[in-house]
Amino acid sequence: MIINHPILGPRDAQEFVYLGDANLINRPDGMTAGIEVFHDYLYNRDNPAGEHRELWYHEQGDRSWLVVTRNTVTHEILKVEMARDVAKAQGRSK
Amino acid sequence: MSQSNRISGGQIDRSKTFRFTFDGHTYTGHPGDTLASALLANGVRLMGRSFKYHRPRGPISAGSEEPNALVHLRSGARQEPNTRATVAELFDGLEATSQNAWPSLKLDAMAINDRLNSFFTAGFYYKTFMWPAAFWEKVYEPIIRRAAGLGALSKEEDPDEYDKGFLHCDLLVIGAGPAGLMAALTAGRAGARVVLADEDFRMGGRLNAETHEVGGQAGADWAAGVVAELAAMSNVRLMTRTTIVGAFDHGIYSAVERVSDHLAVPMAGKPRQTLWRIYSKRAILAGGATERPIAFENNDRPGIMLAGALRAYANRWGVAAGDRVAVFTNNDDGLRTAKDLQAKGVDVAAVIDSREGGDLLPGIRHLQGTQVIDSSGGLGLKSVTVRLANGKTETISCTALGVSGGWNPNVNITSHHRSRPEWREDIAAFVPGTGGPAGLTAAGAANGALSTHGALLTGQAQAIAALTDLGLTAKAANLPKAEDAPIAISPLWYVHEGKGRAWIDQQNDVTVKDVKLAHKENFTSVEHLKRYTTLGMATDQGKTGNVLGIAVMAELTGQSIPATGTTIYRPPYTPVAMGTLAGRSRGKEFKPFRLTPSHKWAAEQGAIFVEVGNWLRTQWVPKPGETTWRESVDREVLATRRLVGICDVTTLGKIDIQGTDAGAFLDKVYANTFSTLAVGKCRYGLMLREDGMVFDDGTTARMGEHEFVMTTTTANAVTVFRHLEYCRQCLWPDMDVQIISTTEAWAQFSVAGPNARKLLQKIVDQDISDAAFPYMGAGNITVQGLRGRLFRISFSGELAYEIAVPTRYGDAMIRKLMEAGAEFDAIVYGTEALGVMRIEKGHVAGGELNGQSTALNMGLGKMVSKKKDSIGMVLSQREGMNQPDGYRLVGVKPVDPKATISAGSHFMEIGAPVELASDGGWLTSKVYSPHLGSDIALGYLKAGDQKIGRRMRAVNFLTKTDTEVEIVSPHFFDPEGERLRG
Amino acid sequence: MDKAWKALTGLGHETAETVEIGPYRIVERFDVALASLAVRRGQDKGFQAAAKKLGVPLPGAARHEAGKVFSAFWTTPEMWLVEADFATHEDIVSALKPGFAETASITEQTDAWVRFDVSGAGLVALFERLTNLDLATLPDGFASRTVIEHLGVYLIRHSATLVTLYGPRSSAQGLLHALEVTVKSVL
Repeated sequence: MIINHPILGPRDAQEFVYLGDANLINRPDGMTAGIEVFHDYLYNRDNPAGEHRELWYHEQGDRSWLVVTRNTVTHEILKVEMARDVAKAQGRSK
Repeated sequence: MSQSNRISGGQIDRSKTFRFTFDGHTYTGHPGDTLASALLANGVRLMGRSFKYHRPRGPISAGSEEPNALVHLRSGARQEPNTRATVAELFDGLEATSQNAWPSLKLDAMAINDRLNSFFTAGFYYKTFMWPAAFWEKVYEPIIRRAAGLGALSKEEDPDEYDKGFLHCDLLVIGAGPAGLMAALTAGRAGARVVLADEDFRMGGRLNAETHEVGGQAGADWAAGVVAELAAMSNVRLMTRTTIVGAFDHGIYSAVERVSDHLAVPMAGKPRQTLWRIYSKRAILAGGATERPIAFENNDRPGIMLAGALRAYANRWGVAAGDRVAVFTNNDDGLRTAKDLQAKGVDVAAVIDSREGGDLLPGIRHLQGTQVIDSSGGLGLKSVTVRLANGKTETISCTALGVSGGWNPNVNITSHHRSRPEWREDIAAFVPGTGGPAGLTAAGAANGALSTHGALLTGQAQAIAALTDLGLTAKAANLPKAEDAPIAISPLWYVHEGKGRAWIDQQNDVTVKDVKLAHKENFTSVEHLKRYTTLGMATDQGKTGNVLGIAVMAELTGQSIPATGTTIYRPPYTPVAMGTLAGRSRGKEFKPFRLTPSHKWAAEQGAIFVEVGNWLRTQWVPKPGETTWRESVDREVLATRRLVGICDVTTLGKIDIQGTDAGAFLDKVYANTFSTLAVGKCRYGLMLREDGMVFDDGTTARMGEHEFVMTTTTANAVTVFRHLEYCRQCLWPDMDVQIISTTEAWAQFSVAGPNARKLLQKIVDQDISDAAFPYMGAGNITVQGLRGRLFRISFSGELAYEIAVPTRYGDAMIRKLMEAGAEFDAIVYGTEALGVMRIEKGHVAGGELNGQSTALNMGLGKMVSKKKDSIGMVLSQREGMNQPDGYRLVGVKPVDPKATISAGSHFMEIGAPVELASDGGWLTSKVYSPHLGSDIALGYLKAGDQKIGRRMRAVNFLTKTDTEVEIVSPHFFDPEGERLRG
Repeated sequence: MDKAWKALTGLGHETAETVEIGPYRIVERFDVALASLAVRRGQDKGFQAAAKKLGVPLPGAARHEAGKVFSAFWTTPEMWLVEADFATHEDIVSALKPGFAETASITEQTDAWVRFDVSGAGLVALFERLTNLDLATLPDGFASRTVIEHLGVYLIRHSATLVTLYGPRSSAQGLLHALEVTVKSVL
């Protein structure tokens, strides 16, 4: 597969490490959320046959974490974003 | 030996003669020959024995689809099994031997299987061997393996090298027949970056095998002209002997280039083959079509081949496969074979045409409405029996028969992403379906355009379409004039007369009878048919037989062929040697080693090295007189604890963490607190995964207000760094934290033992007394003027430091340390001694950091701070992970000090039955402790903290040991830690 | 510093090696000091000013830029690797830190890497067997991490006939070996 890196352009997916559902970005606050909430966050994930937002790490590249929107059936990649930008847009900061 | 069957013409260089051997006999051929064409030229039709029945076989094709003519090529370590003689390029001195025959190809003892054919029909594996497993494994399988099979491996190491590489192009053209050449020419002239790959050693495809004219010249000459034009273009890369074996996502194709297979031995330094990964923006499959046979009784004798192959041997290689030939066809294309061979002066006995009506071929005995119903000839064809239109039979003598059942477009690569081919009634063949690899289109015969004109037209059109897609402009040139004859096929799949020993898949010995049996037993789906009969398996993947088998099944079920469907084609298109996939990554070169800064020095001392990941670390350093590894390791442990020992610990991961939020960041990623750590101090840190399991551990030092140095285990250096980047970018994107690995930048040595300080003070420029540099101190120092770092940390439990200097000075550093340590009898210890000392101290490492253990399991539960949010903090509090009878880290020693225990043993109560229900946990790591004079181990024991002092058993089925042990504290040595604070 | 500190190159020798095979020349460079330079959050302005004052180029993504004393290439968002002459800038961190002060995180990287300068005609044929980067179409001044021989390696294309590689120092011998066998295979 080819991942169109937002900064570096098309790069071979072999350079990346796959993590999984990009929903991992939405980590609850450990000081307020309890075990149930964290349990949902960590284990209850959608596994769609179709569009899926997922985290990829450009380990053999610029070390950026990316959010890749990929069709799990066709492998078509619809969108690639910097995970840091996505995280900030979703309200994460410190 | 004379080339008795060599006729005029062909694209071979008759001015040069090659000598080669087949089964020890010497023959001659010419440059441009394949092994098959040269053998046929010498009158050799018998080239192999079939897989199951050991029937005599010759080539049925002149290309990579060949199911029969498989040979061992070369000898010794270079012997390669299952090489298709039809594509093996002839070279001087070539050696080939037949396979799957004993004692000889002509007299094969296993041909008895052919008489026992009723026993070996489809599904016989499943039916016959419903026997006890042991009987199958020990008795039957070895017999079958010997009797049925393909070629044999040399069992020697492959002496050749294999390269890998990467190519980039706008347009990849797969196949250099008329369609591919036209596509490449169109795109090349438009300035696009083109890769044109063809599996053959000569570009031109069928144009080399036909007598068609293109643009008023011989087709082969036109092809050569186009190739010359393309070769002159800097934007076009021509790759002969290169097979595109697979289509992958987003325009990636893999290709095998046979760089040296046409040579006896590769040139020095050159690879035998190169595996290319081709990044294409668009691709055109112009892989042509494969002719299919018509099945009839005994249709597998040497001399019976595809009509197009018979024609190719005559036209391209100047070989008449027999002195008297006949043709059996259901379409017009077969008629060409008769015409071409007659034009070459070969005696054409008859054309057996299953169709009725139409024009008769002039000057040839053209029998319409007839079928071949049987053949004869022991080791090669002698005659065929023909059912005439009037119902009578006639035996026609001939030594070669060309069979044409129509052409199957080579759709394979379009199906690599699960697209199913579609049926086209007018040509009675499957063509590429929709939903193939994005960016890939098909042209020419591969797309069902079976005429030369059709190939040129679609090749050009697909190239223009592909380039337009890419925003490039390509012009449509005037196409050269070429034949445009329809195939005029009237499908005939198999001749209905006979016992059904009519071969469909010659490689797997699958006959019409087998398909009928599969049908009778309700294995009617094509996927079941394939697995029940083995239709389409093995090296040729059913290139000639698949569609035929499907058509027979369709007829039996009464379903249409498209409704019956096809199996899925998967990569590779043709077989790929394992060595090609491995490339240079094998043996010692599997991956580059990582060498420590003291490697050179250690090698000089005769150190024994051990692979730790990719690192080579000193395992122990034997001294003269030491005969076992234990002697060396015991000595290293005792000397370190008594005097001082030095160990290269560079391999531990080191990560520089800076920024105004560095402390807060560490609080997030470590279970314990770091923001409160004083500058100039270090602390042991425990890192959890979000699920609450322990991920990694190590010591992290605060070198400045906003500057930390983290240490990770050697094994997790890469994954911890990745995790930190994840935390930094995905979870806390606004934190001011910058990280970079410094593992390789610093040569770091542990100096441990009572004399550690005295030794170091000799070379460290600053005061490192206990007052000035207390336990867990850290800081920048200078070592005889050189910038360095010092950490007072201990893994061994001794008074110990880790000292670091820039890596280039690591070699000088180890020499200085040994020199300064000479007066204290300093020694170097390796990873074994390190392991002994850490277990004596109860420190966790690989065996305990197993990914399924919590801080509580390790006795470190109190380290998880609940006053702050950190990765894994919440889920580590789950009820199931906090049971009072959960696993706890314990120490273990045998009651009898002489007894041995082993890691992996399981704890059981004394007297309890040895069964799963008695399992109380397991031993994670074990060493021999020279201080305690016995084996000692760490382990996870249920409620282990409440069982200290108890006697249990350590039971191990693998080592067959059952030893009485005492459960003790994991801190075997200096439990109060007085030594390291000394 | 004490003169007794003898340095070893990444390949394990006292002097850097040069390998010449056919038209190709592989030169181990042991004379370059390196430091990572990362901008601290919210310090862009001061950071840029300091870089300008010190003469540290800050090229854009996937670029290398040569300067008088300092050269640099981009490695990841907001981070560069800065190059300087080792003889004069061995302690490169001390040379940069006062200028950047609290606007940057700076880490010594000199000995984390082994550097090979590969030169000669026909670099495309060589590198197409080593990396998936399309050297033929890359611009001069391109710099990116890539994989060569299983190793994460920074590749800088200075020109059609000169490429710099920075690979992990501990695998210097493995990287050179890969270069040598590949050179022989394309000769």
